[in-house]
Amino acid sequence: MISGEIALYLFMLAAFTGHEIISRVPVILHTPLMSGSNFVHGIVLVGAMITLGEATTVTQQVIGFIGVFLGAGNAAGGYVVTERMLEMFKSSKKEGAK
Amino acid sequence: MDKATLLHYVVQASYFAAAVLFILGIKRMSSPVTARSGIQWAGVGMVVATVATFFHGNILNNSGVMVNVLLMVLAIGVSTVFAWVSGKKVAMTDMPQMVALYNGMGGGSAAAIGAAALIGASTGTSHHALGKAQIALAVVGALIGSISFTGSLIAFAKLQGWMDKTFRFGGQQVVNGLFFLSALGLGAALVFELNTTVVIAFFAVSLLFGVLMTLPIGGADMPVVISLYNAFTGLAVAFEGYVQGNVALIIAGTVVGAAGTLLTRLMAKAMNRSISNVLFSNFGGGGGGSSEIAGSQKPIDAADAASLLYMAEKVIIVPGYGMAVAQAQHKIWELSQQLIKRDKTVKFAIHPVAGRMPGHMNVLLAEAGVPYDLIADMDDINPEFSTCDVAIVIGANDVVNPVAKTDKSSPIYGMPILDVVNARQVIVIKRGKGAGFAGIENALFYADNCRMLYADGQEAANRLIAELKGIDSGGGH
Repeated sequence: MISGEIALYLFMLAAFTGHEIISRVPVILHTPLMSGSNFVHGIVLVGAMITLGEATTVTQQVIGFIGVFLGAGNAAGGYVVTERMLEMFKSSKKEGAK
Repeated sequence: MDKATLLHYVVQASYFAAAVLFILGIKRMSSPVTARSGIQWAGVGMVVATVATFFHGNILNNSGVMVNVLLMVLAIGVSTVFAWVSGKKVAMTDMPQMVALYNGMGGGSAAAIGAAALIGASTGTSHHALGKAQIALAVVGALIGSISFTGSLIAFAKLQGWMDKTFRFGGQQVVNGLFFLSALGLGAALVFELNTTVVIAFFAVSLLFGVLMTLPIGGADMPVVISLYNAFTGLAVAFEGYVQGNVALIIAGTVVGAAGTLLTRLMAKAMNRSISNVLFSNFGGGGGGSSEIAGSQKPIDAADAASLLYMAEKVIIVPGYGMAVAQAQHKIWELSQQLIKRDKTVKFAIHPVAGRMPGHMNVLLAEAGVPYDLIADMDDINPEFSTCDVAIVIGANDVVNPVAKTDKSSPIYGMPILDVVNARQVIVIKRGKGAGFAGIENALFYADNCRMLYADGQEAANRLIAELKGIDSGGGH
Protein backbone atom coordinates (compact mmCIF):
# COMPACT_ATOMS: atom_id res chain seq x y z
CA MET A 1 0.00 0.00 0.00
CA ILE A 2 1.34 3.45 -0.83
CA SER A 3 0.94 6.46 1.39
CA GLY A 4 -1.06 9.53 0.46
CA GLU A 5 1.90 11.88 -0.02
CA ILE A 6 3.74 9.45 -2.28
CA ALA A 7 0.59 9.01 -4.36
CA LEU A 8 0.31 12.78 -4.67
CA TYR A 9 3.87 13.01 -5.99
CA LEU A 10 3.14 10.16 -8.39
CA PHE A 11 0.06 11.97 -9.70
CA MET A 12 2.03 15.16 -10.20
CA LEU A 13 5.02 13.60 -11.94
CA ALA A 14 2.91 11.36 -14.16
CA ALA A 15 0.68 14.30 -15.12
CA PHE A 16 3.71 16.35 -16.19
CA THR A 17 5.03 13.36 -18.11
CA GLY A 18 1.73 12.97 -19.97
CA HIS A 19 1.65 16.67 -20.74
CA GLU A 20 5.25 16.76 -21.94
CA ILE A 21 5.25 13.74 -24.21
CA ILE A 22 2.14 14.84 -26.05
CA SER A 23 2.60 18.61 -26.26
CA ARG A 24 4.68 18.69 -29.44
CA VAL A 25 2.84 16.11 -31.46
CA PRO A 26 1.95 16.90 -35.10
CA VAL A 27 -1.78 16.90 -35.92
CA ILE A 28 -1.22 13.96 -38.24
CA LEU A 29 -0.66 11.72 -35.22
CA HIS A 30 -3.57 12.93 -33.10
CA THR A 31 -5.71 9.91 -33.87
CA PRO A 32 -3.08 7.22 -33.31
CA LEU A 33 -1.91 8.98 -30.19
CA MET A 34 -5.40 9.25 -28.76
CA SER A 35 -6.04 5.67 -29.72
CA GLY A 36 -2.66 4.66 -28.29
CA SER A 37 -3.33 6.37 -24.98
CA ASN A 38 -6.75 4.72 -25.09
CA PHE A 39 -4.90 1.41 -25.24
CA VAL A 40 -2.58 2.36 -22.37
CA HIS A 41 -5.43 2.92 -19.94
CA GLY A 42 -6.42 -0.64 -20.75
CA ILE A 43 -4.04 -1.37 -17.84
CA VAL A 44 -7.29 -1.09 -15.88
CA LEU A 45 -7.54 -4.80 -16.78
CA VAL A 46 -4.86 -5.51 -14.16
CA GLY A 47 -6.88 -3.71 -11.49
CA ALA A 48 -10.05 -5.53 -12.49
CA MET A 49 -8.23 -8.88 -12.35
CA ILE A 50 -7.18 -8.15 -8.77
CA THR A 51 -10.76 -7.14 -7.93
CA LEU A 52 -12.07 -10.43 -9.32
CA GLY A 53 -9.23 -12.38 -7.70
CA GLU A 54 -10.06 -10.94 -4.29
CA ALA A 55 -13.78 -11.61 -4.63
CA THR A 56 -15.34 -13.70 -1.86
CA THR A 57 -19.04 -13.14 -2.60
CA VAL A 58 -21.05 -13.78 -5.76
CA THR A 59 -21.80 -10.05 -6.10
CA GLN A 60 -18.10 -9.24 -6.10
CA GLN A 61 -17.44 -12.04 -8.57
CA VAL A 62 -20.09 -10.68 -10.94
CA ILE A 63 -18.77 -7.12 -10.71
CA GLY A 64 -15.20 -8.35 -11.05
CA PHE A 65 -16.10 -10.47 -14.07
CA ILE A 66 -17.73 -7.48 -15.78
CA GLY A 67 -14.68 -5.37 -14.94
CA VAL A 68 -12.21 -7.90 -16.38
CA PHE A 69 -14.38 -8.37 -19.47
CA LEU A 70 -14.57 -4.62 -20.13
CA GLY A 71 -10.90 -4.02 -19.32
CA ALA A 72 -9.69 -6.79 -21.64
CA GLY A 73 -11.83 -5.34 -24.44
CA ASN A 74 -10.27 -1.93 -23.87
CA ALA A 75 -6.74 -3.32 -24.02
CA ALA A 76 -7.18 -5.72 -26.95
CA GLY A 77 -9.37 -3.45 -29.06
CA GLY A 78 -7.24 -0.41 -28.36
CA TYR A 79 -4.13 -2.25 -29.46
CA VAL A 80 -5.58 -3.62 -32.70
CA VAL A 81 -7.02 -0.34 -33.98
CA THR A 82 -3.91 1.66 -33.05
CA GLU A 83 -1.60 -0.77 -34.78
CA ARG A 84 -3.79 -0.80 -37.87
CA MET A 85 -3.74 2.98 -38.07
CA LEU A 86 -0.02 3.40 -37.44
CA GLU A 87 0.81 0.74 -39.99
CA MET A 88 -0.71 2.95 -42.71
CA PHE A 89 1.38 6.06 -42.19
CA LYS A 90 4.04 6.18 -44.88
CA SER A 91 6.32 8.85 -46.26
CA SER A 92 6.60 9.37 -50.03
CA LYS A 93 10.37 9.52 -49.63
CA LYS A 94 10.60 5.97 -48.39
CA GLU A 95 11.08 2.97 -50.61
CA GLY A 96 8.31 0.44 -50.88
CA ALA A 97 5.43 2.86 -50.56
CA LYS A 98 2.87 1.59 -52.98
CA MET B 1 13.52 -15.15 0.83
CA ASP B 2 10.34 -17.22 0.80
CA LYS B 3 8.32 -17.90 -2.30
CA ALA B 4 5.54 -15.40 -1.55
CA THR B 5 7.98 -12.53 -1.03
CA LEU B 6 9.85 -13.42 -4.21
CA LEU B 7 6.61 -13.49 -6.19
CA HIS B 8 5.66 -10.13 -4.73
CA TYR B 9 8.88 -8.58 -6.02
CA VAL B 10 8.50 -10.18 -9.43
CA VAL B 11 4.96 -8.82 -9.78
CA GLN B 12 5.99 -5.34 -8.65
CA ALA B 13 9.00 -5.34 -10.99
CA SER B 14 6.70 -6.32 -13.87
CA TYR B 15 4.39 -3.39 -13.11
CA PHE B 16 7.37 -1.07 -13.02
CA ALA B 17 8.59 -2.39 -16.37
CA ALA B 18 5.09 -1.98 -17.82
CA ALA B 19 4.91 1.66 -16.65
CA VAL B 20 8.28 2.42 -18.27
CA LEU B 21 7.26 0.67 -21.51
CA PHE B 22 3.98 2.64 -21.62
CA ILE B 23 5.73 6.00 -21.28
CA LEU B 24 8.43 5.14 -23.80
CA GLY B 25 5.76 3.73 -26.11
CA ILE B 26 3.64 6.89 -26.03
CA LYS B 27 6.78 8.94 -26.52
CA ARG B 28 7.65 6.96 -29.64
CA MET B 29 4.11 7.42 -30.90
CA SER B 30 4.69 11.17 -31.13
CA SER B 31 6.73 10.87 -34.33
CA PRO B 32 5.51 9.22 -37.55
CA VAL B 33 8.82 7.42 -38.01
CA THR B 34 8.87 5.58 -34.68
CA ALA B 35 5.12 5.46 -34.08
CA ARG B 36 4.53 1.85 -34.97
CA SER B 37 7.21 0.52 -32.68
CA GLY B 38 5.72 2.71 -29.94
CA ILE B 39 2.43 0.82 -29.80
CA GLN B 40 4.34 -2.45 -29.87
CA TRP B 41 6.44 -1.43 -26.85
CA ALA B 42 3.30 -0.48 -24.99
CA GLY B 43 1.76 -3.79 -26.05
CA VAL B 44 4.65 -5.73 -24.54
CA GLY B 45 4.16 -3.75 -21.32
CA MET B 46 0.50 -4.72 -21.24
CA VAL B 47 1.20 -8.43 -21.72
CA VAL B 48 3.91 -8.40 -19.03
CA ALA B 49 1.62 -6.68 -16.52
CA THR B 50 -1.34 -8.94 -17.31
CA VAL B 51 0.61 -12.19 -16.99
CA ALA B 52 2.29 -11.01 -13.77
CA THR B 53 -1.09 -10.23 -12.23
CA PHE B 54 -2.02 -13.94 -12.19
CA PHE B 55 0.71 -14.29 -9.54
CA HIS B 56 -0.46 -11.33 -7.46
CA GLY B 57 -0.59 -12.20 -3.75
CA ASN B 58 -4.16 -10.92 -3.27
CA ILE B 59 -5.35 -13.38 -5.92
CA LEU B 60 -3.29 -16.42 -4.83
CA ASN B 61 -4.13 -16.01 -1.13
CA ASN B 62 -7.88 -16.07 -1.74
CA SER B 63 -9.49 -19.40 -0.79
CA GLY B 64 -11.65 -19.27 -3.94
CA VAL B 65 -8.62 -18.82 -6.16
CA MET B 66 -9.49 -21.57 -8.67
CA VAL B 67 -13.00 -20.31 -9.48
CA ASN B 68 -11.87 -16.70 -9.71
CA VAL B 69 -8.91 -17.43 -11.96
CA LEU B 70 -11.14 -19.53 -14.23
CA LEU B 71 -13.62 -16.65 -14.45
CA MET B 72 -10.71 -14.31 -15.21
CA VAL B 73 -9.42 -16.46 -18.06
CA LEU B 74 -12.95 -16.80 -19.44
CA ALA B 75 -13.62 -13.05 -19.33
CA ILE B 76 -10.26 -12.14 -20.85
CA GLY B 77 -10.56 -14.82 -23.54
CA VAL B 78 -14.08 -13.93 -24.71
CA SER B 79 -13.53 -10.19 -24.55
CA THR B 80 -10.14 -10.27 -26.28
CA VAL B 81 -11.48 -12.37 -29.15
CA PHE B 82 -14.47 -10.05 -29.55
CA ALA B 83 -12.36 -6.87 -29.45
CA TRP B 84 -9.58 -8.29 -31.62
CA VAL B 85 -11.93 -9.48 -34.36
CA SER B 86 -14.09 -6.34 -34.34
CA GLY B 87 -10.99 -4.12 -34.35
CA LYS B 88 -9.48 -5.99 -37.30
CA LYS B 89 -12.65 -6.01 -39.35
CA VAL B 90 -13.89 -2.47 -38.90
CA ALA B 91 -13.55 -0.07 -41.84
CA MET B 92 -11.17 2.86 -41.39
CA THR B 93 -14.07 5.28 -41.77
CA ASP B 94 -15.68 3.68 -38.69
CA MET B 95 -12.61 4.12 -36.47
CA PRO B 96 -14.10 6.93 -34.32
CA GLN B 97 -16.88 4.75 -32.94
CA MET B 98 -14.52 1.84 -32.25
CA VAL B 99 -12.17 4.11 -30.31
CA ALA B 100 -15.21 5.39 -28.40
CA LEU B 101 -16.40 1.84 -27.69
CA TYR B 102 -13.06 0.52 -26.39
CA ASN B 103 -12.57 3.66 -24.35
CA GLY B 104 -16.02 3.28 -22.80
CA MET B 105 -15.18 -0.31 -21.85
CA GLY B 106 -12.11 0.96 -19.97
CA GLY B 107 -14.24 3.50 -18.13
CA GLY B 108 -16.74 0.79 -17.23
CA SER B 109 -13.94 -1.41 -15.95
CA ALA B 110 -12.65 1.38 -13.70
CA ALA B 111 -16.20 1.97 -12.43
CA ALA B 112 -16.50 -1.77 -11.69
CA ILE B 113 -13.30 -1.68 -9.59
CA GLY B 114 -14.78 1.23 -7.65
CA ALA B 115 -18.12 -0.56 -7.25
CA ALA B 116 -16.49 -3.74 -5.91
CA ALA B 117 -14.35 -1.75 -3.46
CA LEU B 118 -17.30 0.32 -2.19
CA ILE B 119 -19.72 -2.59 -1.90
CA GLY B 120 -17.04 -4.77 -0.33
CA ALA B 121 -16.29 -2.13 2.28
CA SER B 122 -19.96 -1.34 2.95
CA THR B 123 -20.88 -4.98 3.55
CA GLY B 124 -17.67 -5.79 5.39
CA THR B 125 -16.82 -8.59 2.97
CA SER B 126 -13.63 -6.96 1.72
CA HIS B 127 -10.16 -7.96 2.88
CA HIS B 128 -9.11 -4.44 3.63
CA ALA B 129 -11.06 -1.56 5.12
CA LEU B 130 -10.99 1.69 3.19
CA GLY B 131 -9.86 5.01 4.64
CA LYS B 132 -11.79 8.20 3.96
CA ALA B 133 -9.35 9.35 1.27
CA GLN B 134 -9.60 5.99 -0.48
CA ILE B 135 -13.39 6.06 -0.38
CA ALA B 136 -13.39 9.61 -1.77
CA LEU B 137 -11.07 8.64 -4.66
CA ALA B 138 -13.01 5.41 -5.28
CA VAL B 139 -16.18 7.53 -5.54
CA VAL B 140 -14.63 10.16 -7.85
CA GLY B 141 -13.04 7.49 -10.04
CA ALA B 142 -16.32 5.57 -10.20
CA LEU B 143 -18.24 8.74 -11.14
CA ILE B 144 -15.82 9.69 -13.93
CA GLY B 145 -15.53 6.10 -15.10
CA SER B 146 -19.33 5.67 -15.21
CA ILE B 147 -19.76 8.88 -17.22
CA SER B 148 -17.06 7.76 -19.63
CA PHE B 149 -18.68 4.31 -19.89
CA THR B 150 -22.26 5.25 -20.77
CA GLY B 151 -21.23 8.50 -22.49
CA SER B 152 -18.88 6.64 -24.82
CA LEU B 153 -21.54 4.03 -25.56
CA ILE B 154 -23.96 6.80 -26.59
CA ALA B 155 -21.21 8.38 -28.72
CA PHE B 156 -20.62 4.96 -30.27
CA ALA B 157 -24.33 4.50 -31.02
CA LYS B 158 -24.54 7.95 -32.60
CA LEU B 159 -21.46 7.50 -34.77
CA GLN B 160 -22.61 4.04 -35.78
CA GLY B 161 -25.88 5.60 -36.90
CA TRP B 162 -27.94 3.58 -34.41
CA MET B 163 -29.61 6.65 -32.97
CA ASP B 164 -30.46 10.20 -33.91
CA LYS B 165 -27.58 12.58 -33.93
CA THR B 166 -28.97 14.81 -31.24
CA PHE B 167 -31.69 14.45 -28.65
CA ARG B 168 -32.91 17.57 -26.94
CA PHE B 169 -35.78 18.67 -24.78
CA GLY B 170 -36.69 21.82 -22.91
CA GLY B 171 -34.83 22.42 -19.67
CA GLN B 172 -32.34 19.69 -20.53
CA GLN B 173 -29.43 21.51 -18.94
CA VAL B 174 -31.39 21.92 -15.70
CA VAL B 175 -32.25 18.21 -15.63
CA ASN B 176 -28.64 17.26 -16.40
CA GLY B 177 -27.40 19.64 -13.72
CA LEU B 178 -29.74 18.06 -11.17
CA PHE B 179 -28.52 14.58 -12.07
CA PHE B 180 -24.90 15.67 -11.73
CA LEU B 181 -25.57 17.26 -8.32
CA SER B 182 -27.41 14.12 -7.17
CA ALA B 183 -24.44 11.97 -8.18
CA LEU B 184 -22.10 14.30 -6.29
CA GLY B 185 -24.42 14.33 -3.25
CA LEU B 186 -24.72 10.55 -3.14
CA GLY B 187 -20.96 10.25 -3.59
CA ALA B 188 -20.31 12.66 -0.72
CA ALA B 189 -22.75 10.73 1.47
CA LEU B 190 -20.71 7.59 0.82
CA VAL B 191 -17.54 9.23 2.12
CA PHE B 192 -19.31 9.91 5.42
CA GLU B 193 -21.10 6.60 5.71
CA LEU B 194 -20.87 3.58 3.46
CA ASN B 195 -24.23 2.04 2.72
CA THR B 196 -24.95 -0.53 0.03
CA THR B 197 -28.26 1.06 -1.03
CA VAL B 198 -26.56 4.44 -1.47
CA VAL B 199 -23.76 2.79 -3.45
CA ILE B 200 -26.31 1.33 -5.88
CA ALA B 201 -28.19 4.64 -6.17
CA PHE B 202 -24.92 6.46 -6.76
CA PHE B 203 -23.98 4.19 -9.64
CA ALA B 204 -27.45 4.33 -11.17
CA VAL B 205 -27.42 8.14 -11.19
CA SER B 206 -23.80 8.36 -12.45
CA LEU B 207 -24.41 5.97 -15.32
CA LEU B 208 -27.61 7.76 -16.29
CA PHE B 209 -25.85 11.11 -16.18
CA GLY B 210 -23.29 9.89 -18.72
CA VAL B 211 -26.16 9.07 -21.09
CA LEU B 212 -27.98 12.37 -20.55
CA MET B 213 -24.82 14.42 -20.91
CA THR B 214 -23.93 12.89 -24.29
CA LEU B 215 -27.41 12.84 -25.85
CA PRO B 216 -27.53 16.51 -26.92
CA ILE B 217 -24.01 16.59 -28.38
CA GLY B 218 -23.89 16.63 -32.18
CA GLY B 219 -21.62 14.87 -34.64
CA ALA B 220 -19.18 17.68 -35.39
CA ASP B 221 -18.37 18.00 -31.68
CA MET B 222 -17.40 14.34 -31.44
CA PRO B 223 -13.61 14.93 -31.72
CA VAL B 224 -13.78 16.91 -28.50
CA VAL B 225 -16.10 14.46 -26.77
CA ILE B 226 -14.18 11.30 -27.67
CA SER B 227 -10.93 12.92 -26.60
CA LEU B 228 -12.49 14.12 -23.34
CA TYR B 229 -13.89 10.71 -22.41
CA ASN B 230 -10.48 9.22 -23.16
CA ALA B 231 -8.98 11.58 -20.58
CA PHE B 232 -11.84 10.72 -18.18
CA THR B 233 -11.13 7.00 -18.37
CA GLY B 234 -7.43 7.68 -17.76
CA LEU B 235 -8.21 9.65 -14.61
CA ALA B 236 -10.74 7.08 -13.41
CA VAL B 237 -8.11 4.36 -13.80
CA ALA B 238 -5.59 6.45 -11.85
CA PHE B 239 -8.04 7.03 -8.96
CA GLU B 240 -9.06 3.39 -8.73
CA GLY B 241 -5.36 2.54 -8.89
CA TYR B 242 -4.87 4.56 -5.73
CA VAL B 243 -7.72 2.70 -4.04
CA GLN B 244 -6.00 -0.60 -4.86
CA GLY B 245 -2.51 0.72 -4.11
CA ASN B 246 -1.46 -0.26 -7.64
CA VAL B 247 1.32 1.97 -9.00
CA ALA B 248 0.96 0.76 -12.61
CA LEU B 249 -2.65 1.97 -12.73
CA ILE B 250 -1.79 5.30 -11.11
CA ILE B 251 1.04 6.09 -13.52
CA ALA B 252 -0.57 4.86 -16.74
CA GLY B 253 -3.93 6.41 -15.85
CA THR B 254 -2.49 9.80 -14.93
CA VAL B 255 -0.28 9.99 -18.01
CA VAL B 256 -3.29 9.30 -20.23
CA GLY B 257 -5.48 11.66 -18.22
CA ALA B 258 -3.02 14.53 -18.62
CA ALA B 259 -2.29 13.81 -22.28
CA GLY B 260 -6.00 13.44 -23.03
CA THR B 261 -6.87 16.69 -21.30
CA LEU B 262 -4.26 18.51 -23.37
CA LEU B 263 -5.55 16.97 -26.60
CA THR B 264 -9.13 17.86 -25.68
CA ARG B 265 -8.14 21.48 -25.12
CA LEU B 266 -6.35 21.56 -28.48
CA MET B 267 -9.52 20.30 -30.16
CA ALA B 268 -11.73 22.82 -28.41
CA LYS B 269 -9.30 25.60 -29.25
CA ALA B 270 -9.44 24.64 -32.92
CA MET B 271 -13.17 25.34 -32.74
CA ASN B 272 -12.66 28.53 -30.75
CA ARG B 273 -14.85 27.17 -27.99
CA SER B 274 -14.32 26.09 -24.43
CA ILE B 275 -14.81 22.45 -23.43
CA SER B 276 -17.82 23.36 -21.30
CA ASN B 277 -19.31 25.21 -24.27
CA VAL B 278 -19.03 22.04 -26.35
CA LEU B 279 -20.64 19.97 -23.61
CA PHE B 280 -23.42 22.24 -22.47
CA SER B 281 -24.28 24.77 -25.16
CA ASN B 282 -26.55 22.73 -27.47
CA PHE B 283 -24.54 24.14 -30.33
CA GLY B 284 -25.87 23.79 -33.83
CA GLY B 285 -29.50 23.45 -32.83
CA GLY B 286 -30.98 26.25 -34.88
CA GLY B 287 -28.27 28.55 -36.13
CA GLY B 288 -31.20 30.68 -37.27
CA GLY B 289 -29.50 33.91 -36.36
CA SER B 290 -27.12 33.87 -39.29
CA SER B 291 -27.67 36.42 -41.98
CA GLU B 292 -28.67 35.74 -45.58
CA ILE B 293 -25.90 35.78 -48.15
CA ALA B 294 -26.29 37.69 -51.39
CA GLY B 295 -25.55 36.03 -54.71
CA SER B 296 -26.02 32.48 -55.86
CA GLN B 297 -24.18 29.18 -55.93
CA LYS B 298 -22.67 28.64 -59.36
CA PRO B 299 -22.59 25.05 -60.59
CA ILE B 300 -19.87 23.53 -62.75
CA ASP B 301 -19.79 20.22 -64.61
CA ALA B 302 -17.04 17.64 -64.39
CA ALA B 303 -15.60 18.46 -67.84
CA ASP B 304 -15.07 22.13 -67.01
CA ALA B 305 -13.73 21.30 -63.57
CA ALA B 306 -11.27 18.86 -65.13
CA SER B 307 -9.97 21.48 -67.55
CA LEU B 308 -9.46 23.88 -64.63
CA LEU B 309 -7.37 21.18 -62.97
CA TYR B 310 -5.58 20.47 -66.23
CA MET B 311 -4.43 24.09 -66.46
CA ALA B 312 -3.52 24.40 -62.79
CA GLU B 313 0.00 24.13 -61.45
CA LYS B 314 -0.77 23.88 -57.79
CA VAL B 315 -3.82 22.15 -56.32
CA ILE B 316 -4.80 21.96 -52.66
CA ILE B 317 -7.39 19.40 -51.60
CA VAL B 318 -9.47 20.05 -48.47
CA PRO B 319 -11.26 16.93 -47.19
CA GLY B 320 -13.97 16.88 -44.54
CA TYR B 321 -16.36 14.44 -42.93
CA GLY B 322 -18.31 14.20 -46.20
CA MET B 323 -15.34 12.42 -47.75
CA ALA B 324 -15.53 9.79 -45.02
CA VAL B 325 -19.27 9.35 -45.51
CA ALA B 326 -18.78 8.90 -49.27
CA GLN B 327 -15.76 6.60 -48.66
CA ALA B 328 -14.10 8.73 -51.34
CA GLN B 329 -10.54 8.80 -49.96
CA HIS B 330 -9.21 6.17 -52.39
CA LYS B 331 -10.72 7.88 -55.44
CA ILE B 332 -9.46 11.28 -54.30
CA TRP B 333 -5.93 9.88 -54.04
CA GLU B 334 -6.31 8.34 -57.50
CA LEU B 335 -7.31 11.76 -58.82
CA SER B 336 -4.35 13.33 -57.02
CA GLN B 337 -1.98 10.80 -58.57
CA GLN B 338 -3.34 11.70 -62.00
CA LEU B 339 -2.55 15.34 -61.24
CA ILE B 340 0.92 14.56 -59.87
CA LYS B 341 1.62 12.53 -63.02
CA ARG B 342 0.94 15.71 -64.99
CA ASP B 343 3.60 17.57 -62.96
CA LYS B 344 1.21 19.45 -60.73
CA THR B 345 1.89 20.15 -57.07
CA VAL B 346 -0.79 18.53 -54.92
CA LYS B 347 -1.23 19.08 -51.20
CA PHE B 348 -3.86 18.13 -48.68
CA ALA B 349 -5.02 20.66 -46.11
CA ILE B 350 -6.47 19.32 -42.87
CA HIS B 351 -8.44 21.29 -40.32
CA PRO B 352 -7.80 20.08 -36.76
CA VAL B 353 -11.45 19.20 -36.14
CA ALA B 354 -12.36 17.86 -39.57
CA GLY B 355 -14.18 14.57 -39.17
CA ARG B 356 -15.39 12.82 -36.06
CA MET B 357 -12.24 12.32 -34.01
CA PRO B 358 -8.92 14.12 -33.69
CA GLY B 359 -6.90 13.54 -36.85
CA HIS B 360 -9.68 11.55 -38.54
CA MET B 361 -8.85 12.81 -42.05
CA ASN B 362 -5.16 11.96 -41.68
CA VAL B 363 -6.06 8.37 -40.95
CA LEU B 364 -8.36 8.07 -43.95
CA LEU B 365 -5.83 9.62 -46.34
CA ALA B 366 -3.14 7.34 -44.94
CA GLU B 367 -5.43 4.38 -45.57
CA ALA B 368 -5.79 5.43 -49.21
CA GLY B 369 -1.99 5.56 -49.46
CA VAL B 370 -1.39 9.31 -49.35
CA PRO B 371 2.16 9.89 -48.05
CA TYR B 372 2.04 11.98 -44.88
CA ASP B 373 4.44 14.60 -46.19
CA LEU B 374 1.78 15.72 -48.69
CA ILE B 375 -0.58 16.45 -45.83
CA ALA B 376 -0.36 19.87 -44.19
CA ASP B 377 -1.79 21.30 -40.97
CA MET B 378 -3.93 24.40 -40.99
CA ASP B 379 -1.27 26.87 -39.85
CA ASP B 380 1.25 25.67 -42.42
CA ILE B 381 -1.07 25.58 -45.40
CA ASN B 382 -3.13 28.75 -44.90
CA PRO B 383 -0.54 31.15 -46.42
CA GLU B 384 -0.31 28.84 -49.45
CA PHE B 385 -3.92 29.17 -50.62
CA SER B 386 -3.18 32.55 -52.24
CA THR B 387 -0.54 30.88 -54.44
CA CYS B 388 -2.69 27.93 -55.44
CA ASP B 389 -4.58 27.71 -58.71
CA VAL B 390 -7.37 25.37 -57.68
CA ALA B 391 -8.58 24.35 -54.25
CA ILE B 392 -10.87 21.32 -54.14
CA VAL B 393 -13.18 21.12 -51.14
CA ILE B 394 -14.67 17.67 -50.64
CA GLY B 395 -17.15 17.13 -47.85
CA ALA B 396 -15.91 20.02 -45.72
CA ASN B 397 -18.18 22.91 -44.86
CA ASP B 398 -17.98 24.89 -41.64
CA VAL B 399 -14.17 24.66 -41.46
CA VAL B 400 -13.85 26.58 -44.75
CA ASN B 401 -16.64 29.11 -44.12
CA PRO B 402 -15.26 32.67 -44.30
CA VAL B 403 -18.23 33.81 -42.20
CA ALA B 404 -16.15 32.68 -39.21
CA LYS B 405 -13.91 35.67 -39.91
CA THR B 406 -16.38 38.27 -41.16
CA ASP B 407 -19.75 37.86 -39.46
CA LYS B 408 -19.74 38.65 -35.75
CA SER B 409 -23.28 37.41 -35.29
CA SER B 410 -22.45 33.94 -36.61
CA PRO B 411 -22.25 31.09 -34.10
CA ILE B 412 -18.92 30.02 -35.59
CA TYR B 413 -17.43 33.53 -35.50
CA GLY B 414 -13.81 33.35 -34.32
CA MET B 415 -13.27 29.71 -35.22
CA PRO B 416 -9.96 29.30 -37.10
CA ILE B 417 -10.69 28.22 -40.68
CA LEU B 418 -8.81 27.11 -43.77
CA ASP B 419 -8.52 30.16 -46.06
CA VAL B 420 -9.76 28.29 -49.12
CA VAL B 421 -11.49 31.42 -50.39
CA ASN B 422 -8.06 32.94 -51.18
CA ALA B 423 -7.37 30.37 -53.88
CA ARG B 424 -7.63 31.54 -57.50
CA GLN B 425 -10.40 29.04 -58.14
CA VAL B 426 -12.37 26.88 -55.71
CA ILE B 427 -14.25 23.72 -56.66
CA VAL B 428 -16.62 22.39 -54.02
CA ILE B 429 -17.70 18.77 -54.38
CA LYS B 430 -20.98 18.37 -52.56
CA ARG B 431 -24.08 16.18 -52.78
CA GLY B 432 -26.48 19.12 -52.95
CA LYS B 433 -27.23 22.56 -51.64
CA GLY B 434 -27.75 22.98 -47.93
CA ALA B 435 -26.04 24.19 -44.81
CA GLY B 436 -23.36 22.45 -42.78
CA PHE B 437 -23.62 20.79 -39.39
CA ALA B 438 -23.95 24.08 -37.57
CA GLY B 439 -26.87 25.04 -39.83
CA ILE B 440 -24.97 28.06 -41.09
CA GLU B 441 -24.96 29.17 -44.71
CA ASN B 442 -21.47 28.97 -46.19
CA ALA B 443 -20.35 32.26 -47.78
CA LEU B 444 -17.60 30.39 -49.65
CA PHE B 445 -20.20 28.66 -51.84
CA TYR B 446 -21.45 32.07 -53.00
CA ALA B 447 -18.01 33.55 -53.67
CA ASP B 448 -17.16 34.68 -57.21
CA ASN B 449 -14.22 32.30 -57.51
CA CYS B 450 -16.20 29.27 -56.32
CA ARG B 451 -17.93 26.64 -58.45
CA MET B 452 -20.10 23.83 -57.15
CA LEU B 453 -19.70 20.32 -58.50
CA TYR B 454 -22.86 18.61 -57.27
CA ALA B 455 -22.13 14.90 -56.96
CA ASP B 456 -21.30 12.10 -54.59
CA GLY B 457 -17.61 12.29 -53.66
CA GLN B 458 -16.55 9.01 -55.28
CA GLU B 459 -18.55 9.63 -58.43
CA ALA B 460 -17.18 13.17 -58.78
CA ALA B 461 -13.59 11.96 -58.47
CA ASN B 462 -14.27 9.19 -61.00
CA ARG B 463 -15.67 11.63 -63.53
CA LEU B 464 -12.79 14.06 -63.01
CA ILE B 465 -10.26 11.27 -63.59
CA ALA B 466 -12.08 10.20 -66.78
CA GLU B 467 -12.26 13.77 -68.06
CA LEU B 468 -8.56 14.36 -67.35
CA LYS B 469 -7.66 11.25 -69.34
CA GLY B 470 -10.03 12.45 -72.06
CA ILE B 471 -8.21 15.78 -72.33
CA ASP B 472 -4.94 13.90 -72.73
CA SER B 473 -6.13 11.68 -75.54
CA GLY B 474 -8.46 14.12 -77.21
CA GLY B 475 -5.86 16.88 -77.27
CA GLY B 476 -8.04 19.44 -75.60
CA HIS B 477 -11.66 20.12 -75.02
